[in-house]
Amino acid sequence: MNNVALKELLYKMADDQLILGHRNSEWTGMGPLLEEDIAFSSMAQDKIGQSHALYQLLHQLGEQEPDTVAFTRNANQFHNCVLVELPNGEYDFSLIRHFLYDTAEALRFDMLTRSSYKPLAELAVKIRAELRYHTLHANTWVKQLGSATEESISRLQHALEQALPYALGIFEPSPHEQELITRGIFEGEHVLQEKWIIQVELVVNQTQLSLPDQKQIKPVYGGRMGKHSEHLQPLLDEMSEVFRIDPTAEW
Amino acid sequence: MPYTEKQILEWLDGVKDPEIPVLSLVDLGVITGIDIKEESVVIEMTPTFVGCPALDMMKSDVLTVLKEKGVKHAEVEINFKKSWSSDKITEKGRRALKQFGLAPPPAGKVLLEDLDILEHVPCPRCSSTNTELKNPFGPTLCRSIHYCNECREAFEQFKPV
Repeated sequence: MNNVALKELLYKMADDQLILGHRNSEWTGMGPLLEEDIAFSSMAQDKIGQSHALYQLLHQLGEQEPDTVAFTRNANQFHNCVLVELPNGEYDFSLIRHFLYDTAEALRFDMLTRSSYKPLAELAVKIRAELRYHTLHANTWVKQLGSATEESISRLQHALEQALPYALGIFEPSPHEQELITRGIFEGEHVLQEKWIIQVELVVNQTQLSLPDQKQIKPVYGGRMGKHSEHLQPLLDEMSEVFRIDPTAEW
Repeated sequence: MPYTEKQILEWLDGVKDPEIPVLSLVDLGVITGIDIKEESVVIEMTPTFVGCPALDMMKSDVLTVLKEKGVKHAEVEINFKKSWSSDKITEKGRRALKQFGLAPPPAGKVLLEDLDILEHVPCPRCSSTNTELKNPFGPTLCRSIHYCNECREAFEQFKPV
């Protein structure tokens, strides 16, 4: 049995976690409150650690070492959705992205705890528990700022409208969708998206924000196939700068 | 058989968490399996948090101790077969954490539905529950930050997961 479909699934999840982890780390020292500085830094560490564990699964399936995979590919070889590579912008955009993305990710790993691919199911149990802290963090702040002042509400509303087309790109179907479903590896992007919208509505409905109708929005696809925005390559250049000076260095 | 599981557990009780030097890896609950075949010992370990940066250090500390004890062939395998959760910390481990000044996580399985569960954590110094959650994220992945209104000082908790 070949593992093309499984590998594609693992790559896109690992790349999402790595790239958003890197973006989160850009808040280190820059957070609007010390508390948020620590939160984003801590989530960065979680996500990069989780990407490492996923790359490790890929390595067991015959792919290169995690460091090589993370630091030596170019943008067109990455499978992350475009949402995670977008610049942090202001705190409102980072928060909304964090909320939309982590809600999807928590549900994805919950679904994967039932995966027929056992190493992934085992890892998913662990990651699901860690992601509780990420979604609770996002929900708390969205609820608070989404019902606070005129400025906080309008900023979050604007960020929500800006991020939504990209967030729908999380669920860009894979050419191997049917195989993953048939083999019981993953229930598929469509099922995930349906669970996601329910969860997003549940939180947004507790605020004064209004969720645009997702059916009227054109999703930004392409990331899963290696078609990225102009923002990814500079991120990769910065992230791998030290590694590339001496790829054989012992740390 | 040259080694017994009990003996190896005793040796590993001497290996401490690099960030919490009073807590052994056994009491932390990260040793999930010991496989002994004649002269060779394979230890299964699992991280507290997937991104825990102390994992490599723990792994090498385990190997060092086994080598010192004369184990000819020792290996450490990291896996998620029995994934770690905070209820894996032993009673002895909980006491050690409290003495160290870190509030232990609640005993038993924790279902983290709401951050409220992190409110009113008993202060490790005065045991008061007149405390507040300051940040569910702390100086390391496994710690949250709290404030005790009685001691008027901050403290950390080993997070429930």
